[in-house]
Amino acid sequence: MRVSTVTITDVTFAADLSGALFWEEQRLLVVSDLHLEKGSSFATRGVLLPPYDTLATLSRLAAAISRHDPRTVIALGDSFHDRKAHERLSSDDRDAVAALQTGRDWIWISGNHDPILPRDLGGTIADEVAIGPITFRHEPTGVRGEIAGHLHPKARVSARGRSMERRCFASDGMRAVMPAFGAYAGGLSIRDVAFAKIFPANGFVAHLLGDRRVHAIAASRCS
Amino acid sequence: MPPRILQTSAEPAALLPGRFQQWFAARGWSPRAHQLALLEKAREDASALLIAPTGAGKTLAGFLPTLVELSTEAAERNAGAKQSLVSTGRSVQRSGGLHTLYISPLKALAVDIARNLERPIAEMALPIKVETRTGDTPVSRRQRQRRYPPDVLLTTPEQLALLLSSDDAPFLFSSLKRIVLDELHALVTSKRGDLLSLGLARLWRLAPQMRAIGLSATVAEPDQLARFLVPQPGGKEAAADIVVAGGAAPPEVEMLDTRERLPWAGHSARHALPEIYELIKANKTTLVFVNTRSQAEMLFQNLWSMNDDGLAIALHHGSLDVAQRRKVEDAMSAGRLRGVVCTSSLDLGVDWGDVDLVVNIGAPKGSSRLMQRIGRANHRLDEASRAVLVPANRFEVLECRVAIDAIAENAQDTPPLRTGGLDVLAQHVLGCACGEPFLSDELYAEIRTAAPYADLSRQDFDDVVDFVASGGYALKTYERFARIKQDKEGRWRVANPKVRQSYRMNVGTIVEDDMLKVRLVRSRGGQGKAGGSTGVIARGGRLLGEIEEAFIEGLSPGDTFVFSGEVVRYETLVEDQVYVSRAHDKDPKVPSYMGGKFPLSTYLAERVRRLLDDGRAWGGLPEQVRDWLSLQRDVSQVPAVRELLVESFPRSNKHYLVCYPFEGRLAHQTLGMLLTRRLERARARPLGFVANEYAIAVWALGDMSFMIRDGRIDLNALFDPDMLGDDLEAWLAESALMKRTFRNCAIISGLIARRHTGEEKSRRQVLFSTDLVYDVLRKHQADHVLLRAARADAATGLLDLRRLSDMLARIHGRITHRELDRVSPLAVPVMLEIGRESVYGEAADELLAEAADELVKEAMG
Repeated sequence: MRVSTVTITDVTFAADLSGALFWEEQRLLVVSDLHLEKGSSFATRGVLLPPYDTLATLSRLAAAISRHDPRTVIALGDSFHDRKAHERLSSDDRDAVAALQTGRDWIWISGNHDPILPRDLGGTIADEVAIGPITFRHEPTGVRGEIAGHLHPKARVSARGRSMERRCFASDGMRAVMPAFGAYAGGLSIRDVAFAKIFPANGFVAHLLGDRRVHAIAASRCS
Repeated sequence: MPPRILQTSAEPAALLPGRFQQWFAARGWSPRAHQLALLEKAREDASALLIAPTGAGKTLAGFLPTLVELSTEAAERNAGAKQSLVSTGRSVQRSGGLHTLYISPLKALAVDIARNLERPIAEMALPIKVETRTGDTPVSRRQRQRRYPPDVLLTTPEQLALLLSSDDAPFLFSSLKRIVLDELHALVTSKRGDLLSLGLARLWRLAPQMRAIGLSATVAEPDQLARFLVPQPGGKEAAADIVVAGGAAPPEVEMLDTRERLPWAGHSARHALPEIYELIKANKTTLVFVNTRSQAEMLFQNLWSMNDDGLAIALHHGSLDVAQRRKVEDAMSAGRLRGVVCTSSLDLGVDWGDVDLVVNIGAPKGSSRLMQRIGRANHRLDEASRAVLVPANRFEVLECRVAIDAIAENAQDTPPLRTGGLDVLAQHVLGCACGEPFLSDELYAEIRTAAPYADLSRQDFDDVVDFVASGGYALKTYERFARIKQDKEGRWRVANPKVRQSYRMNVGTIVEDDMLKVRLVRSRGGQGKAGGSTGVIARGGRLLGEIEEAFIEGLSPGDTFVFSGEVVRYETLVEDQVYVSRAHDKDPKVPSYMGGKFPLSTYLAERVRRLLDDGRAWGGLPEQVRDWLSLQRDVSQVPAVRELLVESFPRSNKHYLVCYPFEGRLAHQTLGMLLTRRLERARARPLGFVANEYAIAVWALGDMSFMIRDGRIDLNALFDPDMLGDDLEAWLAESALMKRTFRNCAIISGLIARRHTGEEKSRRQVLFSTDLVYDVLRKHQADHVLLRAARADAATGLLDLRRLSDMLARIHGRITHRELDRVSPLAVPVMLEIGRESVYGEAADELLAEAADELVKEAMG
């Protein structure tokens, strides 16, 4: 399989089909916006979405981890859909998280959905992390070298009367916004004004998650 | 169990009180045989299905028994006891309940019927109170209706469901004598029919004395339709008596004998415009039916551009403003219009006496559908309706020809009665819990009295109840969030008032497409730049109307299409507003919808195949079409009636495979998708396919003729019914149509709400996507009740799987292959649609890769 890459300043990341980024030299895997227990969060309000989203999200994360065998994993904020989400995790799901953490460093970065992170789920808790020229934080500010999440970028490509919409990385080579990893996490079109605020005028590239590879397409070509 | 079919005339004097006889006589009428027959049925205390063409006085027939009963009852009332007041135990005194309910598929129809009933009631001075109740009825009147119900209430299936879920239901309905179901043939083909059938089942329990009268156009299986009207006793079938109105003169239908060259493809019938105009000019009032909204727009615009005589021609379709539509209808009733260009929006509705010609543009699709349309002309029974069919292309000539033959034989092809949907059942179960608490055993028995649910298994029912309660998931984590709960006696009731409120706001089975507002603005410059920046386009702009979101999603900025009668260019989409600018192209790059919503009926398809196969029958076809078919016979062959013809040929560096199943666009799209998958596996490197009502064309880089010759492609294996196994499953996992089907089920079943506190949420505002829910559910609980509901829909709905599977079984081992050196005459129409019709490719990656490499602009074919 051809490895797709996203370069931020002078660091090259492998773009994983699952929506994760992998930094080979650091053996660092980053995922963003897991939104665990989003299903049960809706259920508390009477919308009984299938309660399998946490299982689905953790299984995909486990697959990404086994592909890259990272030394460090960063969960880039909004890992839990609401402040009580961690209390609703099933014991199986807790065990699954613990298994993923075994033998590696794990960093939970706080997000707007989970400003206060649970202390009983292993790992280190931080608001942001800087490694070399790269800063990892949940909400993008647009500074150079920043990798953020929060916006859930997605892009639509249309041609000849059919169209395809996928999650994507958004990057202009100096900064990046990661796609949401969670099974129920929706998306925001990269044509939304929120992205224009982060990326300076000369445009950026959407790296769309296809079925077999990641496709780099100019944001201006997407809708 | 064939029910008795009446064609009788009873003694009017015995059935009709003097007051009614005088009224008929004063208007110079005499009661028709079927009107008397319904009175007789009422006297026998029997339910009845009246099958009658438009113009037969169907509505009056349906109401006569009620009017007669209430007129005599009132007389007794006045002579003796006072009007009874009922105490409900809530210290509120109320009058008695309803006598008759009338259910119509259209609220406008209910309003019109109320108006029409006023006349006989006033003229005979009958003491009968008639009221309507629709979504537009003010709250104050609704409340009054629940306390002081009228004698006759005219309403819709959705309003009936709402009334049944209220505490007042036992009071309102326990006195009910009769329910009249209008346009039953139209209601039963959709989920609204399922909802109505469940409402009927409830009414039979609340009011065992209630009898039903169904009013219907002619259908293929009246016996089945008659089952809808009576409670089904478990294990066997019961049906209402059937009354058939006789005496309608057979319609005079002809095909336009055009002086012009018949187009090879397309649906606009532009070639026949002057001839259509002449027809309108030569008649008093003409209804011109087309199959889609965009065709209606286009035709209307074109007719006006040649309207030198200033004929009053109007436009009527479903996305026009309601007020605008009513204006057209009123002008029509007043006889002020010479022509109306319309869509199926006028298939049903009030009778207009003065229409003397129906023109049907394009494919008739089905013989019953066409007969109902033709029935809109000339509502006097004893005179023949006149209709002219205008085929828009050569294949449609064949379809028109067989439709005319079918009408001459009065052959019907309405679809069979539905099996009730589990999503609708879920909605109903929640509605039941909003009213009186229920026991599962009792509700299950009640529901099985509804004909569409007569075969409902206990397992399915229990799964639905479980779904309504806590989602129906194998992982039992939602018990504490349950929407309905059981008390100690096992009765289910809603868990809290919010659930009831949410049910009320989301009742109904019509899931509208997401619509976007289209606004005309000035272009922001060169085509290359369109969409090239995130800069905000000038807001505002003139509102042109609404368009389906799904259609806009398929466009790239700069694409042109027809809307509101002009060619426009897509600029950008901001929230729910589509901005377009005026384009100067003569032909749009992306034509809107190709066919209508309905595929060619199985019945007409079979007749088209037989017509093609029988060279002697070609005499009834225009010369141009005969020549076309003869040429096909010379260079390839004409498809034989029991076989599937497959042709393969090269064309400009690509290789084509064309087959002719004649099974309608929906089944063909599914088949095309599956064939492409298989051809990819056979390494033929397929690039895409296009499907129309009659044929499918697949194109590939690999030389498929050669591959068939050397056995790398085995046609019998390619078309083997086993494609409906794993290949189908794999495709369903990602099919956008399947996801849309699932979304509809999720909304109807109440899993997700379409309305919160009175406001409609558009999909972009919903906080999660049902597509994601579909993916997760499919992976983790593939047999979940909602997925079962969606699969059942896929069998007949957007994917037409049942028809596809019937076809594959029919042609198995009967494939004829012709290897050609170029395109055959029969293949030309479908080939011409390449690049005009949406092209469905296989995997997402292909499309994305194309976009990534900017190959999009390369022309196809």
